[in-house]
Amino acid sequence: MIVSLEWLKDYTDVNVDTTEFCDRMILSGSNLETCELVGRDMEKVVVGKIEKIERHPNAEKLVVCQLNVGGEELVQIVTGAPNVFEGAYVPVALDGSRIPGPLHGQPKVEGGVEIHAGQLRGVDSHGMLCSFGELGFEDKVIPVNQKDGIWILDGQYTLGMDFAEALELKDAVIDFEITPNRPDCLSMIGMAREAAATFGTQLRYPKTGCEKAEGDAADYISVEVKSPLCKRYTARIVKDVKVQDSPWWLQRRLIHAGMRPINNIVDITNFVMLEYGQPLHAFDINSIAGRHIIVDTAAEDEVFTTLDGTERALDTDMLMIKDAEKSVAIAGVMGGLNSEIEADTNTIVIESANFLGSSVRSTSSKLKLRTEASGRYEKGIDPNLCEAAADRVCALIELIGAGTVVGGSVDVYPQVEEAKAVHGRVSRINKILGLQLDREEMVKYFESLEMKVEGEGEDLYVTAPTVRQDIEIEEDLAEEVARLYGYDRIPVTIPRGNSESGQSYERNIKDMARETLVGLGATEIQTYSFVSPKGVDNVRIDEDSWERAFVQILNPLGEDTSVMRTILTPAMMEVLGRNFSRNIDAVRAFEIGNTFTANLVDPESLPDEQDNLCIGMYGGGVDFFYLKGMIVSLLNKLGVKDLQFIAESEYGVYHPGRCARIVARHIVELENGPAVEEVELGIMGEVHPEVADKYGIGTRCYAAELMFNTVTELSDLEKVFSPLPKYPATSRDIALLVDEDMLVGDIENVIRAAGTEILRDVKLFDIYRGKQVEEGKKSVAFNLTYRHNDRTLTDEDVNAAHGQVLQALRDNLDAVLREM
Amino acid sequence: MQDRLKQILEESRAQLQNAASLQEAEDVRVKVLGKKGALTEILRSMGKLSPEERKELGQAANQVRAEIEALLEETFAELKKKAQAAKFEAEKIDVTEPGRSFPMGSKHPITVTIEEVSRVFKSMGYSLVEGPEVETVFNNFDGLNAGPDHPARDWTDTFYISEDILLRTQTSCVQVRTLQDKEPPIRVFAPGRCFRCDTPDATHSPMFHQIEGLVVDEGITFADLKGALDRFAKQLFGPETKTKFRPHHFPFTEPSAEMDVSCFKCGGKGCRVCKGSGWIEILGCGMVHPNVLKVGGIDTEKYTGFAFGMGVERVAMLKYGIDDIRLMYENDMRFIHQFK
Repeated sequence: MIVSLEWLKDYTDVNVDTTEFCDRMILSGSNLETCELVGRDMEKVVVGKIEKIERHPNAEKLVVCQLNVGGEELVQIVTGAPNVFEGAYVPVALDGSRIPGPLHGQPKVEGGVEIHAGQLRGVDSHGMLCSFGELGFEDKVIPVNQKDGIWILDGQYTLGMDFAEALELKDAVIDFEITPNRPDCLSMIGMAREAAATFGTQLRYPKTGCEKAEGDAADYISVEVKSPLCKRYTARIVKDVKVQDSPWWLQRRLIHAGMRPINNIVDITNFVMLEYGQPLHAFDINSIAGRHIIVDTAAEDEVFTTLDGTERALDTDMLMIKDAEKSVAIAGVMGGLNSEIEADTNTIVIESANFLGSSVRSTSSKLKLRTEASGRYEKGIDPNLCEAAADRVCALIELIGAGTVVGGSVDVYPQVEEAKAVHGRVSRINKILGLQLDREEMVKYFESLEMKVEGEGEDLYVTAPTVRQDIEIEEDLAEEVARLYGYDRIPVTIPRGNSESGQSYERNIKDMARETLVGLGATEIQTYSFVSPKGVDNVRIDEDSWERAFVQILNPLGEDTSVMRTILTPAMMEVLGRNFSRNIDAVRAFEIGNTFTANLVDPESLPDEQDNLCIGMYGGGVDFFYLKGMIVSLLNKLGVKDLQFIAESEYGVYHPGRCARIVARHIVELENGPAVEEVELGIMGEVHPEVADKYGIGTRCYAAELMFNTVTELSDLEKVFSPLPKYPATSRDIALLVDEDMLVGDIENVIRAAGTEILRDVKLFDIYRGKQVEEGKKSVAFNLTYRHNDRTLTDEDVNAAHGQVLQALRDNLDAVLREM
Repeated sequence: MQDRLKQILEESRAQLQNAASLQEAEDVRVKVLGKKGALTEILRSMGKLSPEERKELGQAANQVRAEIEALLEETFAELKKKAQAAKFEAEKIDVTEPGRSFPMGSKHPITVTIEEVSRVFKSMGYSLVEGPEVETVFNNFDGLNAGPDHPARDWTDTFYISEDILLRTQTSCVQVRTLQDKEPPIRVFAPGRCFRCDTPDATHSPMFHQIEGLVVDEGITFADLKGALDRFAKQLFGPETKTKFRPHHFPFTEPSAEMDVSCFKCGGKGCRVCKGSGWIEILGCGMVHPNVLKVGGIDTEKYTGFAFGMGVERVAMLKYGIDDIRLMYENDMRFIHQFK
């Protein structure tokens, strides 16, 4: 809500400077966006009168004007403006003056433009005649007939007087941020009510009565309300209308409020809309067939042309203003081209009506047509304003002599909205706020807001004016007390009681995973929860795979963000690709985030949300085993220890020869005792070259995606101490010659299975191919550690155990043992 | 014989003084004290002497031996020191050469910010709770006292999955979940992702993060809200931080407020970050609306509470001076690595 401080003073006294005004209004609840001091950016600009105009001797498009600026001598100024005439009052920027600008056809300059005497095509010019634009007004507020040429003043002013002074341009224009619960503040009177309560001043209502009203509106017009979407319809009549420019004081106020003056009738309806917050509309009575107004919903398939010249297709939920034959306006949104006021209009109908906010919102949104009026109706308007606003329009028309007001009104108001008292208790309000105010003080605050207070002692029955639609419960009363007492004066206390902080086990594991991965050299990324459905195509996910069971967004911003992610890998690839294209030579990244799968059994219920962990990397010497090592370190740290990596060649994301499913083995208690269960945690591998290519990654890259919830379920962080070994260990090496495609994991499994309890550790320490090893074979070497807890092992002990291992290798694998 | 002893001593002293290496000193030792050394020979020849002479010479010889041994020790020590110094000199390194690199990752600035805020609230006894990103319309709107006409429910503002399911537009839905699950006293905070139909630009993102807070107990007042959030601000932005509470409006709190903190860049004098005002808007808050408490079946006569919510991106951008929110989701490594 844009408030001109000069205008606001019509309704209440403002006895503080602008800064204090703003500061205290903020603290009482009217936060402001901006406060601009206007009319202070021109120097040596005065009112002048054009006494004489002569043709320029050397230029056809220029004229030479003699200006009376109050001094003895006339000032000669050359201008090219087409609209000057002898006798016109104009703004004159004298030699050495400063105007805000911009100059006609030039860009705006910070700090304005200085004007100096000079010559124009050989003729002396001692200054400049100014347009609205040159004096700093924005295009959108310049009156239509003043758009081109010099600003021709309306009426007579003291010649030579400071221009800003003469036109009362100096003002503070404050833009208040109005919260949706306070539509009453979208009006000058509403803001004045707030100011009066804040500063303890009186609120003055504007004059709504007319001096001489003739006849009765009911003789001119009848109104029929057929739809409950219209809560009230008030009509008044003005005859002998003279459509012309508004007086300057009215224009100035509209301009400072950011509106363009049009003509006196339109300006007055806009002025009163700003004053009361009640939208108004004026019809030419001749365009209303049968002089009968019907408020009803649109006919089926109706098409209507609004006054902006656009044809609009209506539906039967849209409320219309009609006459006996046709529609004349879309209620609360925009009038029709067929009932617009013209220069020759003689009698007008002033509509001051109340339409249901939700209906106006739905109509305006369906038509994609938002207007000042529709915006106000949407937020909710008090139907009790209709009459006062219509009366105020008439009073202003009479005041400026724009027509003759017809007495009476036609007012259809089936269900009068009455103010309701809200019950509050002094002690309870204090209890909510942490204050100890007495009843008198609270009553003072309510009354300063024009609220009536009844009851006694503890009980407050507070009746707010009906414009205040937000006062419904005791807590609302508490807020009124708090903001007028001052939030800043409420004490600062610490909530009583102690509590221990905590968080879920899953969150702990998640925090730990982030910490560990960062320590392992990976960097966290965050990508959108919504993705393009094409992502799964790009990473070669199978056609019928579960990763395509998307949760769809009905109204996405675009296809790129139209489904909830089922996996994190596509976004990871995108990030790797983006970094690669920016010449970042090595990336190790991870993301932990929610994934979503539609609940196919019950589509009415929320989708399944699961945390996933994705790792992606390229460059800097990383390879499959670098990634595998990182995953093993991470999972061990998270308390998932017994891991298996099982070769996988079917998953489209990865290189078929360099991909593994990550499986954890853990002990579960079954009916017939404990058993080992294998649980899949995720998958990892070297990214398929076609996938890397799709994302523009011109190097080998590696990725993994793990189901984090499963990791959490298996995580066992319990630490059990085992005593340090007291007796020495014995170590033996084994070397095996095996086929190239024999898995070292399988060999290790055989060794571990064959080892007795004294076999403590098995470590792969060498894989050799080349000299002395035939083609298609490899030599694999392990180091085995034997130790007994209670005694030093003898050679015989170790030989026996080691012998078992060797035997198992011979029996189970096609392996040749090599001499070590 | 006595003369011979003196001679041996003097010769040894001279030779040791000239010894340039440990080997040379060792040679001297062998020549004098070795099995065939000069002094050993003298001692060995003493058998032929009379007991008196033997005693006299023995004493003298032992004294010389002791002196030579002392000289040897001294010489060895000195030479060792010299040898070590020479070795150190030869092994000197350029300590300004770079250290070996240990690749360390970094957390995303959003995570860093959430962790910092979490640390503060945990220290104040708040528990971390979470809710789903895909929520019911009830938990996101109706349960938070935003009725069917509330404009934020528009399809132009909120992403919908179905008529009853949406992407949550605020972490405030966790309030509803918490109130339905827990009995007072309640003291929780909830970080998480939120979604609104905003086309991305420098200050808007269709996905962003919030941190919600909720306290419900007997006798909780607006003064308590001020106290708790003032303490939070001082812990997050420094002990000098001042707070200012301005009236505001949210459907789910009454009375409601916005909290400004004194600018942590300029301390309140006015700068580019606070746009000259000295204050920065940091969060919305208020006393929990009774309609919200009722959704959780909580006796509104007995219990009161306060709630607050802040935008994580906003806090991060202000704290780190980030001027474009889109950087957060581009995930350029050069950006994230700045938050190590």
